[in-house]
Amino acid sequence: MIPEVGHFALILALSLALCQGILPLIGAYKHDSALMAVARPAAYGQWVFVAISFACLTWSFLDSDFSVLYVANHSQLALPTIFKISAVWGAHEGSLLLWILILSSWTIAVSRYSHELPDIFSSRVIAVLGLLSCGFLLLTLLTSNPFERLIPAPPDGADLNPLLQDIGLAIHPPILYVGYVGFSVAFAFAIAAMLSGNLDRNWARWTRPWTTWAWLFLTVGIALGSWWAYYELGWGGWWFWDPVENASFMPWLAGTALIHSLAVTEKRGLFKSWTLLLAICAFSLSLLGTFLVRSGILISVHAFASDMTRGLFILGFLGIVIFSALILYAMRASAMDSQAGFKAVSRETFLLLNNVFLIIATALILGGTLAPLIFDVFNLGKISVGPPYFEFAFAIPMIPLVLLMGIGMHTVWRSQDLQPLLRRLRLPAALALLAGLAIPAIVYGRSGVLLTVGITAAVWVGVAALMPIYQSWRGPSGSPRLTRAMLGMSVAHLGVGLFVLGVSIVSAFTIETDVSLRPGERTEVAGYSFEFRELRNVDGPNYRAIEGEVEIRKDGEYVSTLRPQKRTYLVQKSPMTEAGIDVSWNRDLFVALGDPLGGESWSMRLQYKPMIRFIWLGAFVMAFGGLIAASDRRYRLYRKAAADETVQGETA
Amino acid sequence: MKSRYLIPIFVMIVMGAIFVVGLGRDPTKLPSPFIGKAAPAMDLPDLFDDSVRISNKTFAGDMVLINFWATWCPGCFDEHDFLLELAASGVIPIYGINWRDNRTEAISWLQRLGDPFTANAFDGNNRTGIDWGVYGAPETFLIDAQGTVIYKHLGPLSRDSWQRDFVPILNARDTNAP
Repeated sequence: MIPEVGHFALILALSLALCQGILPLIGAYKHDSALMAVARPAAYGQWVFVAISFACLTWSFLDSDFSVLYVANHSQLALPTIFKISAVWGAHEGSLLLWILILSSWTIAVSRYSHELPDIFSSRVIAVLGLLSCGFLLLTLLTSNPFERLIPAPPDGADLNPLLQDIGLAIHPPILYVGYVGFSVAFAFAIAAMLSGNLDRNWARWTRPWTTWAWLFLTVGIALGSWWAYYELGWGGWWFWDPVENASFMPWLAGTALIHSLAVTEKRGLFKSWTLLLAICAFSLSLLGTFLVRSGILISVHAFASDMTRGLFILGFLGIVIFSALILYAMRASAMDSQAGFKAVSRETFLLLNNVFLIIATALILGGTLAPLIFDVFNLGKISVGPPYFEFAFAIPMIPLVLLMGIGMHTVWRSQDLQPLLRRLRLPAALALLAGLAIPAIVYGRSGVLLTVGITAAVWVGVAALMPIYQSWRGPSGSPRLTRAMLGMSVAHLGVGLFVLGVSIVSAFTIETDVSLRPGERTEVAGYSFEFRELRNVDGPNYRAIEGEVEIRKDGEYVSTLRPQKRTYLVQKSPMTEAGIDVSWNRDLFVALGDPLGGESWSMRLQYKPMIRFIWLGAFVMAFGGLIAASDRRYRLYRKAAADETVQGETA
Repeated sequence: MKSRYLIPIFVMIVMGAIFVVGLGRDPTKLPSPFIGKAAPAMDLPDLFDDSVRISNKTFAGDMVLINFWATWCPGCFDEHDFLLELAASGVIPIYGINWRDNRTEAISWLQRLGDPFTANAFDGNNRTGIDWGVYGAPETFLIDAQGTVIYKHLGPLSRDSWQRDFVPILNARDTNAP
């Protein structure tokens, strides 16, 4: 009964989404305020029914109702409760439902916080979101119904994929989806603006906080995904350039570009058509990610079960959405060419360069991700594109981007005098160069070109980002106050610096060894002695494990005891590696248990990873910067902001 | 409408076309460079008896399956029941190559689950696996009576994949036979 309620609620949600998608658009066209007023109630109603549907599926999991096919395939009686809940989005059907719930939640957030906007505009935005919702609801109902029954019900389920039985995976997809789906808000704003044909700067001002919110969730989601892969996949890497990771990273890059070009459009009324195109791109790339993951068109560790009809449906939906958006764009864009100029050295130039480099990076990653497919389609043979390509291709636009970032932050709009800029940046530049040369040599006793470039860039951006904060704190009383938007930007850029520092040091100084050890034996890695003390059997709720105990000492002093496991999940019979990790701010020690090598010896992978925490710390600091910027009070004062349109030249 | 604003649509249409074609392809199909060529040489000890050698001569003159497997590989566990069924049907002899594995464990696994193999060679250090281009177990090669590789299957065999990928080849061979 409960699954049928869920199914029925989903159909009702579709009906409301159709009302929400179609009626307000007609209303906006005919200037009929009654029809436009349908938008908000329909959006709230749709959310209620989607939430009911989601609750029903969750209930079926908690209740272990194996007469529901999806539950039978992805759960099991002995599965711990938290994983029964996260199993709801552990595979295609349920994650699609989560996607819809999040889209619907964004929509009601827009409905709630858009009362300050003109009705004709807000009703169009809500309608576009409603149409997107229709597409996903149809996809679910027609090709991927999570409530399909399995009669007779099996006595026990097939269990959740053991890789997904982890707290990191329980929280990472929802947050990632919040970010992914959030770009549909920026997209809806862009479409609404193009429909009205009135592309003033207000559009950019209204879009900015929504884009920043989506971006910060995507940042956190990607960071959590990377952290999960690091400790769960058992290889000790933090980014694998897997097609699915790329699928989440490309919208992030496009979204980052969008945030920066929105700043120019809002402040100076420039790059209008480019900003619109970026809004369409960021959203299209997140839809493309969905398609790549769910159609089975590429091979990936994350891929959902592949299905031809599903793939065609998503592709068709994708085609309709993007095609109509781009047609609208082609019709409107030429009217938006702006004439306002700016000098070669100005904030505009640097933000333009930021966009150029970010888009090059996106294109190179997109090319690498799709290359195997393109080669296959044109019968050029089978190829696979791996980390060496991506690392190289990504570094090319990123190094200039990070170096220019430090300068760009200190420029002003329109025209920047070169002399004061150089004077201002002399000190951080010298400091960065010194750090780049000294840190590797003194702390780690080795150096290299890429390493020096990496550390120099990191310190450079970090110091350049801290300068405005320091100056507003210590500076003369007459100096301009630091706005939240400015502070957010500085913090986010500081995050970039921390991230680059982490990446540079981890990739240069990681020590990784595979050894064979017998209980009682010890070995040394990076000055730490690892002693393999004993091996024992451990039973989990739905798995059996062999657990090693490894004691780590440094210079005879006790550091930590790690207990890496090799688990066998009882239902799916798949072996899983659970690494033991000792965490510290400046290094991780990582032990993964390998295979028995005969006798009593076991193969083990021992790793020393300096500064790896800075990678995730950097990402969280970036997201925190986004949070500060999005909370800037001027976004909450839409009317007032619209009124003093004429005030220009303030800093972003 | 200026033409440069139509560029995004053009890019989108090209990508869409590639996706439509790509959807019909199976990305896991990897052609083996050995197909149509003589099977690479092998000379390995028997899994059960170190003094017995198993080489290409052992299966020459028959159409056979060569199956690379290991006890640590979940896919091999999955396909085991089907291999037993196939061996019992007598359609084709199956030769196993126990790959990168532990001998005692392999023997006890066969005793526990049943032994579908006509004979089983032991390739503990991946010497033959490298020559044959094996990159993950299970992998199954179809070899004809002249010792030529006709087909290679990646991943576990099942009744479906057998019907889809092997049976048409075997039928075509039967009708062409002199």
